[in-house]
Amino acid sequence: MADSSYPAELLYHPEHDWAQVDGDVATFGITWFAQDALGEVVFFDPPEVGSSVTAGESYAEVESVKAVSDVVAPLSGEIIEVNLGLGDTPEAINNDPYGDGWMVKVRLSDPSESDGLLDAAAYEATLS
Amino acid sequence: MQRDRATTIFEKGAAGRRAFVAPKLDVPEADADTLLPAHLRRSAPARLPEVSEPELVRHYVKISRRNFDLDTGFYPLGSCTMKHNPRLHERVAALSGHSRLHPMQSPEHAQGALELMYNLERALGEVSGLPHVSLQPSAGSHGELAGVLLTRAFHEDRGQQRHTVLTPDTSHGTNPATVTMAGYTVVKVGTNVDGGVDLDDLRAKADEDVACLMLTNPNTLGVFDPNITEIARIVHDVGATLYYDGANLNAIMGKARPGDMGFDIVHFNLHKSFTQPHGGGGPGSGPIAVSERMRPYLMNPRIVRAQDGSFDLDEQGYEKSIGRLRGFQGNYGCFVRSYAYICSLGAEGLRDASETAVLNANYLLAKLREHGVADKLPLAFGELCMHEFVLSGSPMKKDLGIKTLDLAKRLLDHGYHPPTVYFPLLVDEALLVEPTETETKETLDGFAAAIAAILAEAAEDPAIAQNAPYTTPVRRLDEAAAAKTPRIRQPIET
Repeated sequence: MADSSYPAELLYHPEHDWAQVDGDVATFGITWFAQDALGEVVFFDPPEVGSSVTAGESYAEVESVKAVSDVVAPLSGEIIEVNLGLGDTPEAINNDPYGDGWMVKVRLSDPSESDGLLDAAAYEATLS
Repeated sequence: MQRDRATTIFEKGAAGRRAFVAPKLDVPEADADTLLPAHLRRSAPARLPEVSEPELVRHYVKISRRNFDLDTGFYPLGSCTMKHNPRLHERVAALSGHSRLHPMQSPEHAQGALELMYNLERALGEVSGLPHVSLQPSAGSHGELAGVLLTRAFHEDRGQQRHTVLTPDTSHGTNPATVTMAGYTVVKVGTNVDGGVDLDDLRAKADEDVACLMLTNPNTLGVFDPNITEIARIVHDVGATLYYDGANLNAIMGKARPGDMGFDIVHFNLHKSFTQPHGGGGPGSGPIAVSERMRPYLMNPRIVRAQDGSFDLDEQGYEKSIGRLRGFQGNYGCFVRSYAYICSLGAEGLRDASETAVLNANYLLAKLREHGVADKLPLAFGELCMHEFVLSGSPMKKDLGIKTLDLAKRLLDHGYHPPTVYFPLLVDEALLVEPTETETKETLDGFAAAIAAILAEAAEDPAIAQNAPYTTPVRRLDEAAAAKTPRIRQPIET
């Protein structure tokens, strides 16, 4: 498993979710801290493409050997793509939380919402 | 030392070997086709184990000796109340009047059993402070479902359609599951710094769409919520019901009554608070007790007592009943054992059991502090606890590099069943410990010393705990693989 890390190019929600914003589209996933706290992920329950998500609210569930947990949307918008690969290899969420472990792509309803998210340093500070 | 791999009965024996030989027929042989139509019969014999009687006995005795249970060691499984099951109960339950009772027997031929059930209902009504009891539900979760269905009937009777049920974020996992099964949506309520319900959050979420708040008090953090009457007021003000999850009743029997706190519905886990063997799927029993206003909706049939003192089952007993929740009257053997427990302890004894359970939990907590492990495993909320407490293994993980799971696995090598781990979810690296009232001082001392020893060992070499256990029939299991690709049957070679 990778060392703990919080890439500088991502934005973070205090509920341990990251967003990579590219214009009005963002990719979401959970942070290294979140996957570490969950333990081995065995199942990812994805949302449907076309459904809408609200910042701060759950849009999916991950099941680890410890518990089933909600995944919170860092930003609001409409889901335009789901990482279907996680169906077969949910462990990618543990092994590569910022790469193959990405969860959904969202067309943002209000890109300025991202001003409210944390940068890597600020997020890491919440963990100590 | 690691023991050999467990084998199934199918891997033993040899063709033609028998543990039992049926005696020669002393009646005329009948044609199988006349007894059972040909198309319903096997074309080839079933592949059954073929073993001698000693092989058979040794196989099951060997398996039973690998069991770790309450009769073999300390089992501090928080929130599950694995308490000692007095042997007297087994004798009473085995009396032929109980054990040979048939569920189809008419009430007139089961008067004693009905009287026992009637009296048990009264006793549970007394313990809970809620007078009307149904013994039907087969488990705590089944009792929860009954309680939420009663709530639905209660609201619908008033012409109200409500859609949500509140549960605290410390709740037992069965609560949200029950809510969903009963057709409601779960809304979580937060926890305050003292480990109780966050009143502001509750006020914000309690509205006319809320059907019920499901709560246990003390909760899974081992914290008794001092705001319970205020919580009841908030919930009742919006017309919702207050449901008591009886899983932690072992802390308050004879001391405080849910009915007096303002609860409308309670479920009991007879197999927890009132003793009987449980785990491994039962049998359990989850009676519910309700207040006057919930009474009309209780499950039928109702056990009634006539003027002449005789007992009967009244199918129309509760006028707006939600109906039957299961076939027959419930898990009767559980009723016998629990009634024996209540009669043999009496009101004073039940109170003593709760007091001692709380004392033992606090003693164990103090003993752990005495060992100096509190900085690695701090109490998650408060200073004292009720019958159970939740430690956070977060500093242990950070400072020593071992997780709560590693600690739990290493405890197996010390001969203890580990406490519940990773629950409740709001505590990071949670360890939920419940020692129960019958454990001795020496047992609690030994357990505290084992935890201290594991932490001391981890300070030297965390790999020991990380690779534990070493002394069990199987080493650390691959839980992720077990969840993703379960192998739940053994292929049989034919």
